[in-house]
Amino acid sequence: MRLELKEVASGYGHRTLIRRISLVVTDGEVLCLLGPNGSGKTTLFKTILGLIRLQGGQILLDGEDISRWPRARLARVMGYIPQAHNPPFPYRVLDVVLMGRTAHLGPTAAPGREDMAVARRAINTLNISHLEDRIYTEISGGERQLVLIARALAQEPRLLIMDEATSALDFGNQLLVLSHIKRLAQMGLAIIMASHFPDHALLYASKVMLLKKGQVYSLGRPEEMVTEENLKSLYGVDVKIIRAELPGCNETRVCVPVCR
Amino acid sequence: MAVARKQGSLTNSLATAEGNYRWREIALTALPLLVFLFSFPLGRYPISPGQLLTILAAKVFPIAPTWPATLETVVFQVRLPRMLAAMLVGAALATAGAAYQGMFKNPLVSPDILGASAGAGFGAALAIYFSLGVVGIQVSSFLFGLLAVGLTWALSSRIRHDPVLILVLAGILMGTLFSSGTSLIKYVADPYDKLPAITFWLMGSLAAIAPRDVWTALVPILVGTLPLYLLRWRLNVLSLGEEEARSLGLDTGRLRLIVILCSTLITAASVAISGMIGWVGLIIPHLARMLVGPNYRELLPAAILIGSAYLLLVDDLARVLTSVEIPLGILTSIIGAPFFLYLLLNARRGWV
Repeated sequence: MRLELKEVASGYGHRTLIRRISLVVTDGEVLCLLGPNGSGKTTLFKTILGLIRLQGGQILLDGEDISRWPRARLARVMGYIPQAHNPPFPYRVLDVVLMGRTAHLGPTAAPGREDMAVARRAINTLNISHLEDRIYTEISGGERQLVLIARALAQEPRLLIMDEATSALDFGNQLLVLSHIKRLAQMGLAIIMASHFPDHALLYASKVMLLKKGQVYSLGRPEEMVTEENLKSLYGVDVKIIRAELPGCNETRVCVPVCR
Repeated sequence: MAVARKQGSLTNSLATAEGNYRWREIALTALPLLVFLFSFPLGRYPISPGQLLTILAAKVFPIAPTWPATLETVVFQVRLPRMLAAMLVGAALATAGAAYQGMFKNPLVSPDILGASAGAGFGAALAIYFSLGVVGIQVSSFLFGLLAVGLTWALSSRIRHDPVLILVLAGILMGTLFSSGTSLIKYVADPYDKLPAITFWLMGSLAAIAPRDVWTALVPILVGTLPLYLLRWRLNVLSLGEEEARSLGLDTGRLRLIVILCSTLITAASVAISGMIGWVGLIIPHLARMLVGPNYRELLPAAILIGSAYLLLVDDLARVLTSVEIPLGILTSIIGAPFFLYLLLNARRGWV
């Protein structure tokens, strides 16, 4: 699978919030989007997902323009992982994951045995089978996020899109969710995620895109793009990139604020 | 060994859960039937169960009538239609309420949120004002119910914003507009003749139901309920909200239009034969959710069964509580409000 954006422009109504965005993501890649609030990360995601209309450019999937694809067809290729929140009704975790099967079902159908098997597989992939019969509104935020990832996996997509899906989680759960994401990429899924933390890009991404005022500031390998100068220009703060040698790991880079 | 035993107990507990589910299903299906059998003998004109069975059997088998002709009239022209109407309207309002609560992602929503009842009330008041007769009142009420929601939809589709929020606001606007219209008609209506007729109609009652009314309402209610019933699993997805539902592959615009069309048809048809009957569409889905959970696959059938039994029971009260008929709409509110409070206080988790 190869997702390609060519000179994409988009926004709400007549306002254009992002312009001239071009990028390529293929199977097994993790693309991390970094950029300050309002830089257009969410707008870009909604554009890729087809939730808002293109104002210019093209989005191609394996060379095919997806702008006229029906919703269900899009959903069979792309899974969206929103930030965990409370739905109005206390659905069972298994029922929430089964809703990931919507795009594979006829209009009057409900999930059957095969869908149940797919949902259970997705739940097992994330090691949360103990949550299956719990009530979604009663489990913790970290658990909910894992359930939403399982729901996206039940869609059986080729590409996962995560919009700051870890920002409401505690430290441990952030790392847990991100390590799952990395594992899914190793299993062959393409992943596009947005984050507020340069470390996430350094630790988990194979590609990083820096967004500034709705345009691509730079795009490339994390260790080349997440630099002190770029972060200063993007966020207006001084940081240092520290290299650490950890036994058993490749060279690890982390980003730390500079004290004044 | 340990694993095998654990798996054994797991299948066991699953089997029990399945068994419980079966029993609940049977109990819920039996409920309207039991209430129906219980309600038949009740009323101004007492009928013993034995008499009732013979009269009903005489419709099928050649049994020579040993009962007064009045009794047969009471059974077939008065009591049976009225009971069927109560069950029909109860099931209809519960269905529309349950569908709307999912679509608006809000458990406090009732079928009249988009102005269907207000429009239907206005239509009825207008027809009574112009002395149009029973059929005229029903037709006018039904059409104005549809018109009100149609205007709500037209208004909301002109505004580019969160579609669900705009729908609610437009619905409130239309509801207010048509209620004011009703008030205006009441103000100018003849205070000795028309005004009480309008007021009583708005209170809601099934006292004047004729067999024909049941047939009239049955068609639009069935036409509206069937698509909702078939699409019910998708209502779960719709309740997750616009963007999430769309990213899961749901064409939300189309499904929302279907839900509105069907619910409006159901609500307008119900109000047209029964007048304003509040709270049923609000509390029955809650009660059903408490019993079978929020999954629409089980919730909608449960709401239909409970709704039909509930309104039949309340209508029994309207019939027998005092020597004078109590308007059904008043009773549903008197019972509904504290019942709703009870549901909220006993909600095990968030919204029931």
